[in-house]
Order: sequence, then structure tokens, then C-alpha cells
Amino acid sequence: MDELLLRELTPAVTGVLTRRGVDFATAEDAVQEALLQAALTWPDPRPADPLGWLVTVAWRKFLDARRSEVSRRDREQRVEAEPPPGPTATADDTLQLFFLCAHPSLTPASAVALTLRAAGGLTTRQIAQAYLVPEATMAQRISRAKRTVRDVRFSEPGDLATVLRVLYLVFNEGYTGDVDLAAEAIRLTRQLASITDDEETAGLLALMLLHHARRPARTRRDGSLVPLAEQDRSRWDTSLVAEGVAILQTALGRDRLGEFQAQAAIAALHADAPRAEETDWVQIVGWYDDLLRLTGSPVVALNRAVAIGEADGAEAGLAALATVDPDLPRHAAASAYLHEKAGDLPTAARLYAEAARSAANLAERHHLARQAARIGQALHR
Amino acid sequence: MTRYLLLKHYRGAPQAINDVPMDRWTPAEIEDHLQYMADFAARLQGTGEYVDGQALSPEGTFVRYDGEGRPPVTDGPFAETKDLIAGWMVIDVDSYERALALAGELSAAPGAGGRPIHEWLEVRPFLSAPPTVTE
Repeated sequence: MDELLLRELTPAVTGVLTRRGVDFATAEDAVQEALLQAALTWPDPRPADPLGWLVTVAWRKFLDARRSEVSRRDREQRVEAEPPPGPTATADDTLQLFFLCAHPSLTPASAVALTLRAAGGLTTRQIAQAYLVPEATMAQRISRAKRTVRDVRFSEPGDLATVLRVLYLVFNEGYTGDVDLAAEAIRLTRQLASITDDEETAGLLALMLLHHARRPARTRRDGSLVPLAEQDRSRWDTSLVAEGVAILQTALGRDRLGEFQAQAAIAALHADAPRAEETDWVQIVGWYDDLLRLTGSPVVALNRAVAIGEADGAEAGLAALATVDPDLPRHAAASAYLHEKAGDLPTAARLYAEAARSAANLAERHHLARQAARIGQALHR
Repeated sequence: MTRYLLLKHYRGAPQAINDVPMDRWTPAEIEDHLQYMADFAARLQGTGEYVDGQALSPEGTFVRYDGEGRPPVTDGPFAETKDLIAGWMVIDVDSYERALALAGELSAAPGAGGRPIHEWLEVRPFLSAPPTVTE
């Protein structure tokens, strides 16, 4: 509980220090030290004003660091011990910090790492474990990212869309280690949504909640994937679904559609169907049309073809798929699925086997290999 | 963010352009080569892209199960094995293009005459965790 509270307050504390004129990299280090001290000394007793406590301690850490640096350079120089009268934490500080961590000059990997540390309050070790790289490598990635944004003015207007893309990346990578990246992405997106008035931020939060709701049904005990159509829907988290749908409806009501809202709308329609056979595929195709118009993404075109196959039959789906670049990842898998649906089992078996060979992850490869084996068995019986 | 294996072969890769075995280099050429490799790894550590690097002994043993209650059967090493891995470097980079560029640099390590070996390295992506959002 306290750890979450601490991490919730992280961007605001860094924001206050940065606004007081401390450079971002130094402020961020000072805040990490303050977090560490809080973790060691809370909750006995937990301060009445946690944010104020963190700001004070982080400021002291900063002064300590500067003092030792200054004393190295010039032992005569004196340092003020009291913080200058400055602004207290505001939602703006938190938002500016999100902007800085997702600055367009950063590569996606760097923006992800910096966001998790400076906005999420995770330690470098935790981030390294989550992304399966050595801690030294992650430390370098983060300090490089800090150097890259060194000259960015803290109050520089930022682009919410870049922040949303970073949070989406964190969510979609799933989780691999002790840190639940999906939950962390949801927490950060929730925080962002609480301080902005933006439909796409709400759309992204809804999308995450609706997908997170399916998590208990998505994998078997052995880690293998359960496709959406075969999931035990009674295991979906109905409170997450309800929250996601409510957030999405409010966003859609403002009539400023964006890609995350459209994606969330598709997830909501799946969540709406008590059984896979009751899915409203016609409406889903409509949302894919919107999504394709908004993004022009070939991946969307591929998923749209599968949805058309469900709404209008396998032949229509294959016709839509024929206009999609065959080199796309998952093209063979989609084609296999539609061919099986159309009754062409030999082609489906061949394509499933091909798709398994080119799958980008092990769970998917195993799933596709099982599909190929299942059809192969039926054919040779 | 994808991890790639840069795989170096003793045997099995196409022939390098500057294909002189290390035991026929001068000591200075060997030093230069090792320094290049160390510098390369250090630079990747600095960019936050380095994951791992290992070298393997060329001598290996083949092992297989031989039934309940029996010790495993061993065989080899086989002089005729076509594909022999020498070592690898694992990198974590933003794009396939970046992985290719880095493999290209690694292949430029100097060999005989101080000239690049132009060694063929195999670039293999790791299978990743499945994404959450698939529809």
C-alpha cells in the first residue's frame, strides 16, 4: 500500500524539484533516494503529509549531493540549507514529467525505461528484471535517456499522444518478472487520466481495463494461450469490464474519436458477448473501418479481414485479406483461420504450420502448431 | 525492444573475406582484435543495448537419453559436424535495422593484416512474450 502511494507521488515530487530549478537528472536521483528512505522508515510512523515529507527529504538529498560536489570543487562555497520559496506540487508538474519521460527525442525503449523510473517510481533493478536485461544495461539506458532530455525546458508544452504510446507499449509487453507491467501501465494511465481532460487518454485506460479483465482466462496453468473464442468468460473480471465500459462511454459521448477509443470499443463489444457466438461482429467491423481510417495501419486491415470473415462469412474475409500485405506478421495465421472456416482444410493445415514457424513468440507458436496438428489429424483419419 | 542473438560460428557460416585463422596472426593483430571486441561490448553497455556475450569451447559432447535406469549415452566430438557455434552476443535494440547495423560493426573486427575479417554473423531474433492486445 505504502509502496503504491510512494510511487503515485513520485512524478509530483520530481516535478516540484525540477520546477525549483534543479536539473531533471539530479532531481530524479534525489527522489529515488527519498523513495528509498521512505521505504525504510515508513510506516513507523507514516508522515501525515507524505508528499510534503518526500519533497523535503528529496530536497535534502539534492542539497547533500550538491554540497559534496561543491565541496569537491570549492570548499569555501556555501550552500543554502533551506529550500527557496517555490511552488508546491501541482497536477501540472506530474503532467510535465510524463511529457519529459516520453519526449520525442527518446527512442521507445528509452522512453519506456525513463517513464517507469521517473513517473512510475520503479527502481532500475525492477525495470531491468521486467525487461530481462542486466541492471547495468538498464542503468545506462536510463542515464542516457536523462542526458538526451537534459536541455528540454521542463515547462515545454508536450504531446499527450507520445505519452499514450509509451504507456501502451508498457501495457502490451505483458509481464515477465516480479513487476506486473500491465498493472503498472494501468496505474500510470489512471493517474494521467485523472489530471487530463482527454478522450484518448480515457480511451487507452478503457482499452487496458477491458483487456486486463480477460487476464484470468487468457492463459492456462502451463502458460499456453487461450484464444478469445475459447476463453471461459465467467472468469473475466466483471468490475474491470464495467469500469472500462463506463470510461469508454463517457469518452465516446464527447464525439472526438481516436484510435484508442476505437480499439477499446472493439474490446467492449467482445466483453459484451456472454458467449463467443453472440459477438456482434457487424458492429466490430464498423469499428475496424473507423480504426483503419484513423491509422491506415496494415495490422488493423489484417484484423479487420478476420472480423469480416466472422460477420459476412469466410469468403468475404478471404477477399478482404487478399488486399493485405502477405508479409505481415500473423498474415498466415489469419489466412489459415479463414481457410479452415471456408472448409479448405489442407490449405489451412499448411498455413497454420507456416504461421507457427514464423510466430514471434513461443506461446503463439505452440498454439498455431496445435492448430496445424489438429487439422492434420482430422485430414489423415 | 527486441532481443537478438549475434551468432559467431567456428564452422557453418559462409567463408569470411579475410579468412586467416587467428593462430596465423601476429600478436599485435590479436591484441587489436581483442581490443576491438572489448570496445564494442563496452560501447553497447554504454548505449544500454548490451545483454550478454559468451564464447564457447570448440570441443563439445553429444548426449542422449538411453532409457530408464541407464546412464545417458555420449558421443563425439564429431570432426564432421557442419555447424559449430563459437560464441554469441545478445543485444536488446529498438529495431531490426539497428541489430543489422551492430552485427555489421562486429563483423568489421580486425584480423590478419589489421584488415576487417568481414566475418559472417548470424542475426536471430528471440521469441518474445506474447502481446496483450491482439485483436
